[in-house]
Amino acid sequence: MAAEGEGAIDPIHQFVIEPVFHFGGLTVTNSAAFMIAILVVASLVMIVGTSQKALVPSRIQSLGELAYEFVANTVRGSAGHEGMRFFPLVFSLFMFVLIANLIGLIPYTFSVTSHIIVTFALAALVILTVIIYGFYKNGLHFLNLFVPSGVSPILLPLLVMIEVISFISRPISLSVRLFANMLAGHITLNVFGGFVAMLLATGTWAVILSPLPFAMAVALSALELLVAFLQAYVFAILTCVYLNDAIHPGH
Amino acid sequence: MASTEQTNSEVGHDGGHASGVFPPFDPSTFGSQLLWLAIIFGALYVLMSKIGLPQVEGILSARKAAHEGDLAEAARLRAETEAAIAAFDKALADAHAHAEEIGASTRDKLNAEIMAKRKAFDAEISANLDAEEHTIAEAKAKAMKNVGEIAAESTISIIQHLTGAAPSAAEASAAVAHVANA
Repeated sequence: MAAEGEGAIDPIHQFVIEPVFHFGGLTVTNSAAFMIAILVVASLVMIVGTSQKALVPSRIQSLGELAYEFVANTVRGSAGHEGMRFFPLVFSLFMFVLIANLIGLIPYTFSVTSHIIVTFALAALVILTVIIYGFYKNGLHFLNLFVPSGVSPILLPLLVMIEVISFISRPISLSVRLFANMLAGHITLNVFGGFVAMLLATGTWAVILSPLPFAMAVALSALELLVAFLQAYVFAILTCVYLNDAIHPGH
Repeated sequence: MASTEQTNSEVGHDGGHASGVFPPFDPSTFGSQLLWLAIIFGALYVLMSKIGLPQVEGILSARKAAHEGDLAEAARLRAETEAAIAAFDKALADAHAHAEEIGASTRDKLNAEIMAKRKAFDAEISANLDAEEHTIAEAKAKAMKNVGEIAAESTISIIQHLTGAAPSAAEASAAVAHVANA
């Protein structure tokens, strides 16, 4: 992307949101277009790919089964059997974040999850679900979440305050973690890619140095692939952990 | 900050955003992103929870049921095989026992028959032996009688030869009997 500029590296350009086309009264931005792509990919894997219901799965069907069992085990492991009522939510979050991250790794694409407003909206959805379900199921006992048991009364106010702050910081940490990982990864990749282009553009002896940042970009791509999966997993498992608090608020 | 200014000009040029802030923190895009996120995530949730996940769950439970059915069938077949093996072993043992029984009874029967035949044979042989002995004794007695007559005749002819006078048969026989008895 840097190559298309005036030779300078512009790693921020990839995050710009711009209209791609207009559909009726709706303006479809690049962000919206990639969200639609996420929906299409998820539906292809989970609905079209599994529609044959084969006993011996095809490749795409086993991908869908793998995703299902992976998320189902995560939910069961962290939120127990009762947590399975939130399985569709956790699964949708995991697939959305995972596919957004993976699509974003393809050069010249756009990462939906590199925008804080998207990740924050997803995190807020999780926390609101936790709060609403917590009060719905446990009533005011949900507030026991903030009161650790077996603590001396002198320390209690301090600990309650810490618990409240940690609860409030959850949506922030959940959204910022994903956003920052995606943003930083893409900027780094872009910068190293830009170095390659710049070194090649010098036309001097410096050209021989260009494989170095290229190798770095290759290595970083592999790392980003790991990060893309890991962040989706972290988002899903933290969602499960928070939902577990709503299901079993007692410490 | 130099890079930020550069970005600003880029953003203004390419994106039509004159706001000139770092794109992820540009509030003017928040509304449209949230709207699209709500539409897309809502659609994703509905599609996954109503179609995708039940479908996969159906596949997995069908496979599990098939697995368990296969395992149960295998266990059933195995039990059948073991029962068949046990029945075979039992039949084999029965056949062995039966064969031994038949062998023993046949042996006893044959032994009894042999013993009976042997007794009969022995009896026949001893009867024959008695008869032969009787015949021999008769023949011997007859032969001895003949010997006496021959001796008497020989005596008569010898005396006639020696003396010229022939003794009577009664005298010769008495003399022979006298000698034979001495």
